[in-house]
Amino acid sequence: MFWIILLVLVLLAMYVIMIYNGLVTLRAQVKNAWSQIDVQLKRRYDLIPNLVEAVKGYMGYEQETLQKVIQARAEAMKASSMATRAEKEGMLTEALKSLFALTENYPDLKANQNVLQLQEELTSTENKVAFSRQFYNDSVMSYNIKCETFPSNIIAGIFNFLKEEFFQAAEGDRAVPKVSLR
Amino acid sequence: MRVSFYQAQTDNIHNSTAMIAGMVTLLTAMGVVIGATYGDALTGALGAFTVAGGMGTYTWFAGAGTILSMSGAKQVSHDVHPQLFNIVEEMKIASGLPMPKVYIIESEAPNAFATGRDPEHSAVAVTTGLLAKLNRDELQGVIAHEMSHIRNYDIRFAMIAAIMVGSIALISDAFLRSRRSGRGGHPVMIVVALLLAALAPLSATILQMAISRQREFLADASAVELTRNPDGLASALYKITHDDKPLDTANRATQHLYIVNPLKSFSMKSSNLFSTHPPTEARLRALGQMGADISRLL
Repeated sequence: MFWIILLVLVLLAMYVIMIYNGLVTLRAQVKNAWSQIDVQLKRRYDLIPNLVEAVKGYMGYEQETLQKVIQARAEAMKASSMATRAEKEGMLTEALKSLFALTENYPDLKANQNVLQLQEELTSTENKVAFSRQFYNDSVMSYNIKCETFPSNIIAGIFNFLKEEFFQAAEGDRAVPKVSLR
Repeated sequence: MRVSFYQAQTDNIHNSTAMIAGMVTLLTAMGVVIGATYGDALTGALGAFTVAGGMGTYTWFAGAGTILSMSGAKQVSHDVHPQLFNIVEEMKIASGLPMPKVYIIESEAPNAFATGRDPEHSAVAVTTGLLAKLNRDELQGVIAHEMSHIRNYDIRFAMIAAIMVGSIALISDAFLRSRRSGRGGHPVMIVVALLLAALAPLSATILQMAISRQREFLADASAVELTRNPDGLASALYKITHDDKPLDTANRATQHLYIVNPLKSFSMKSSNLFSTHPPTEARLRALGQMGADISRLL
């Protein structure tokens, strides 16, 4: 009789350990996914000066747009709090969209291999930022589900696993960007 | 009726699990019945699993590398084709998988496949025809579909199914041969065993193809989860199906790996019990349920 109880207790302990480790893993994935977003954002910051250089020669009259891009990039890199950062990132995206829209008016520019490659790299980087945010949210979802469903929620409560927050788009991001073609 | 890609995935996983269970049951039944004709059902069942295990071990380690060389695929880096490489990287980020090797196949026929028994040893390949015909969103959808096969361990799944079908065929063949030497056994069991041996390989193959089709639907739903853009994949499937250039390097052994079956005639409805892929029209409808605008594609 004693041995049966012991066996049950051992199995129970193993089960609890399994769930605990699962929670630890999911939370670590969330943290990793968050830092991956920064990796992509940094890539974008690094690419932009190259784009501006390549484009400047052709788009002499578009100083205002070029300046907007440089400015937005500087502000995004400076931003400290998460909310400001997200807002500045949104403005940088808008500025880049305006710049790409303008290249439509410059056939020589459009044909330039360098610029085309840079455009592809920037498009890809924008996508990668978006996908890394998406993956972060997916990781948060898996982790939160584990935190809240039975029976893992009991263990989550005991060992103080807290729910994580989803990445929200800044208000500025949700507005449709205006592209002025002058 | 609107279906979320999560629900689509759950349904597909339930269906393929049921089918695999069906196959395992068939294999076990064969072992038991054949064993029973000789009076020992348990040994029969164990024997069946031993055969499957033996075949499995061989296939597991032998198969992977040859498929890529068979199709004439060349590995590429970012510099060779930045857009393709970038798209694979984007899907790598969205899925959390390790970066697969990227290959390009010289062929005008648009198609793509994925291979590798787990994400750490995986590869995706696309034809030059595909790169020429699809726009960025469509290419992204196709890559997402292929990487979903990797993510869902479909290549491994297909290997397991093939091993079981092979084992069932082997056992059935051996049994039917042994009957010719006319040894004794329980008469009722003999009849049952003969029936099973005759029908099992065919049933197993039909099940195997049904599983393959189910996993294709699953890969489509998983692709939508990655890109959050069902229109890209829908448009790509439409374009690929309406192209009539044959893919020279595909054959019956590799057809199940491609995104659209390269051997069947290219019609939207073509499919039968032995198709590895569902008809394109059915796939487009499924994508439509997940939010794609398919009105101009059907």
